[in-house]
Amino acid sequence: MEDLEQFRLDTREWLAANCPDSQRQPITPEQQYWGGRKGSFPSKDAQTWFERMRDKGWTAPEWPTSYGGGGLSPQQGRVLKEEMKRIHARTPLFGLGLWMLGPAVLEYGSEEQKQQHIRAIVNGEHRWCQGYSEPGAGSDLASLQCKAEDKGDHFLVNGSKIWTTTADKCDWIFCLVRTDPDVKKQEGISFLLIDMDDPGVSTTPIELISGESEFCQTFFDNVEVPKENLVGELNKGWSVAKALLVHERKLMSEMGSESPRQVLTPNEAAKQYLEFEDGKIVDARLRSDLADYDMLMQAVALTHFRTFEEKAAGMRSAAPMVMKYVGTEAEKTKSELLLAILGSRGLGWEGDGFTEQEIDTLRLWAMSKAMTIAGGSSEVQLNLIAQKILELPQP
Amino acid sequence: MALVLNEEQRLLQETAKDFLGSRAPVEALRKLRDKRDAIGYEAALWQEMAEMGWASIIVPETYGGLEFGFLGLGVVIEEAGRTLTASPLLCSGVVGASAILLGGSEEQKQSLLPAIAQGELTFALALEETHHHRPHHIGVTASQQGDGYVLNGSKCFVLDGHSADRLIVVARSHGKLRETEGLSLFLVEGDAPGVTRTRTIMADSRNAANIHLNNVTVAASSILGEVGDGWSVLEPVLDRGRVALAAEMMGYALESFERTVNYLKEREQFGVLIGTFQSLQHRAAHIQSELELSRSVLLQALSSVDDSPEELPVMASLAKSRLNELVKLVTNEAVQMHGGIGVTDDLEIGFFLKRARSAMQIFGDTGYHKDRYATLNGY
Ligand SMILES: Cc1cc2nc3c(=O)[nH]c(=O)nc-3n(C[C@H](O)[C@H](O)[C@H](O)COP(=O)(O)OP(=O)(O)OC[C@H]3O[C@@H](n4cnc5c(N)ncnc54)[C@H](O)[C@@H]3O)c2cc1C
Ligand SMILES: Cc1cc2nc3c(=O)[nH]c(=O)nc-3n(C[C@H](O)[C@H](O)[C@H](O)COP(=O)(O)OP(=O)(O)OC[C@H]3O[C@@H](n4cnc5c(N)ncnc54)[C@H](O)[C@@H]3O)c2cc1C
Repeated sequence: MEDLEQFRLDTREWLAANCPDSQRQPITPEQQYWGGRKGSFPSKDAQTWFERMRDKGWTAPEWPTSYGGGGLSPQQGRVLKEEMKRIHARTPLFGLGLWMLGPAVLEYGSEEQKQQHIRAIVNGEHRWCQGYSEPGAGSDLASLQCKAEDKGDHFLVNGSKIWTTTADKCDWIFCLVRTDPDVKKQEGISFLLIDMDDPGVSTTPIELISGESEFCQTFFDNVEVPKENLVGELNKGWSVAKALLVHERKLMSEMGSESPRQVLTPNEAAKQYLEFEDGKIVDARLRSDLADYDMLMQAVALTHFRTFEEKAAGMRSAAPMVMKYVGTEAEKTKSELLLAILGSRGLGWEGDGFTEQEIDTLRLWAMSKAMTIAGGSSEVQLNLIAQKILELPQP
Repeated sequence: MALVLNEEQRLLQETAKDFLGSRAPVEALRKLRDKRDAIGYEAALWQEMAEMGWASIIVPETYGGLEFGFLGLGVVIEEAGRTLTASPLLCSGVVGASAILLGGSEEQKQSLLPAIAQGELTFALALEETHHHRPHHIGVTASQQGDGYVLNGSKCFVLDGHSADRLIVVARSHGKLRETEGLSLFLVEGDAPGVTRTRTIMADSRNAANIHLNNVTVAASSILGEVGDGWSVLEPVLDRGRVALAAEMMGYALESFERTVNYLKEREQFGVLIGTFQSLQHRAAHIQSELELSRSVLLQALSSVDDSPEELPVMASLAKSRLNELVKLVTNEAVQMHGGIGVTDDLEIGFFLKRARSAMQIFGDTGYHKDRYATLNGY
């Protein structure tokens, strides 16, 4: 405990000395640094901040130092997070490499794969995307068809992936591919790393209701992938994918509390857009909705904290299993509440008639709809809770 | 902050589960109800609970208490919620003890707390005057007479009011009906001249009374805290009661939910177990997620009593309103998912359903606490 306190003091001091003032402001999507060969720094300060954090391994604070990570314990990692939050320090590097692929390679990858990929993620050299979903395989992911045939020294990959977030901006894609069509569907899937510069890989953007075209359909046309890019054993990709999904769900459940994009909170919005009388919001319905929302978020935050304490105490509970469902549904509630509070000012799509923040709020509202679909929809989460926690009989 | 139980608390939980499960199951409440028991709880049981230290879990050792804090109280009271055990635990062991701890003089503490701890003295808080929880809506008057006071007026929904040895009467010496200023807490003998107690028979088969005070005289030494400044004692006492009751409510929710989930694994219709139907699975899974959130809130609320009292008002309102909504959801679904059997008196689920509705009113319904939470948060 004392060491942890010392660590906190040292961290606080280091952050105070090294985090540029401009990097202590709420971050907008344009100001995020995602790394990669096609990426560029949003500002000089963002670059300085990223480089300083990278040199300490603090872009991936809890990964082993041998691959460029920070080597912190989970407790220290939490302290770092808290201290960064305290001064509103921006996250220096974003990406699926940090959040999803890295943990999976550390757990299942070969030594060569760790050497090749982990450091490149920490250093922001490679930006990764996720190639799981297909037009015919969404919630029922295991029915995927994109195939990889064994051609001796390489796999030959043919097929397509859909909803691949930011595929057009990425360097590498981690894919689930069919390597055996003749067995139970989960048992013929492998986990493959593909360089997007390889001949035969192409992407087409898809426009969303939020107006963004973050997604792509990604096509593989006779792509030759070296054998050493297989993670884990052949036809055992499903277990790698499942381990990785845990990271994805945890991440999504925390979006609400740590979302880098959120600019306006319902509380601030209420002060800005609602009428008050004697210190109370006049609109009784909105006041009540705001209290509901605040109570929910306080409960969610406390549950994240409980999960952490349980983990530290070596205890297990059902709490982590419900958080994807709870967290993403709460995000939707929040976005609906924000729109209601903003009234017609929440309807701005673009142009000068609205502030940037108002337009952002609407765009985020549209995006919030996606969060209960991505990473296992709410319905799929409820199925899982029923099956794994409540152990209800399966049809 | 402590959002996980320690070893000691887990052991206490085991003990409570074993003891209450065998000594005071829901069946015991049914018996008390069916024979229209005069006190409404089993005195011998309360004596045994007191011997185990449960009447004084929150009382410091110096006053003969167990001094296990609110997290310790929480585990016992939650188990008592699972069994719907009727006892003076909430009214004496929590509310009464807290009022004396927070408002009492050293002399009052020394004379009253050990008696509570030993299960010799029970208390009831005579507070409400309307059919909604409005703790500052106090019209019962306290007029000065010589060295003491004379109390006049009526109280309703006084939990354990018909059986408690002592009443803690909230009365007004000055100020207007809804002001917090001018309230005082008076210790009154349950059978003092001028006190009329009428037991009310309620849906939950638990214990409450309407009380009329007609020229009841009390000595100045029977005031808890300062005259006119009762609110500063009453509010934290109520918050402690709310948090403790929330723990009891968690017990109703867990027990009725677990019984329902078990039923889904037993009952067959259409040639399959009804637990295979996705509409029931999703509702059950949703309840599970609500239980998880409520668990975190409850633990934080309980530990805030001892560790961060400045957070207590917000946490108590959060916990009480959340648990109100939780028990409403769970008991309704428990009945529904049992089908026709769910609405029979034979099935104990109905006892949980009814008790939940009482608990939802006690110390504030959801509307009350949502309003308070919003006000405390500046909107
Ligand atoms: C914002 C966003 C980002 C994404 N990023 C990526 C990415 O980077 N890479 C990638 O591979 N994929 C990505 N996806 C795809 C995502 O994983 C799929 O959308 C998701 O798995 C759902 O599949 P689907 O869209 O085909 O919907 P479907 O599976 O067709 O679902 C349609 C509806 O049916 C319901 N449903 C399906 N099965 C069941 C069931 N068993 N019980 C009850 N209801 C059911 C669903 O809940 C949903 O309401 C992303 C999606 C979104 C929205
Ligand atoms: C007040 C009352 C009066 C009644 N009067 C009469 C009468 O006069 N004569 C008479 O013959 N009967 C009578 N009944 C019986 C009534 O018709 C049954 O209670 C009803 O059909 C439900 O059956 P069950 O009680 O066996 O519940 P179950 O069928 O066992 O249902 C248990 C739970 O499972 C759910 N469930 C069952 N099947 C499915 C499914 N396929 N998909 C999703 N969920 C499912 C139910 O909705 C319920 O929540 C009465 C019942 C009541 C409560």
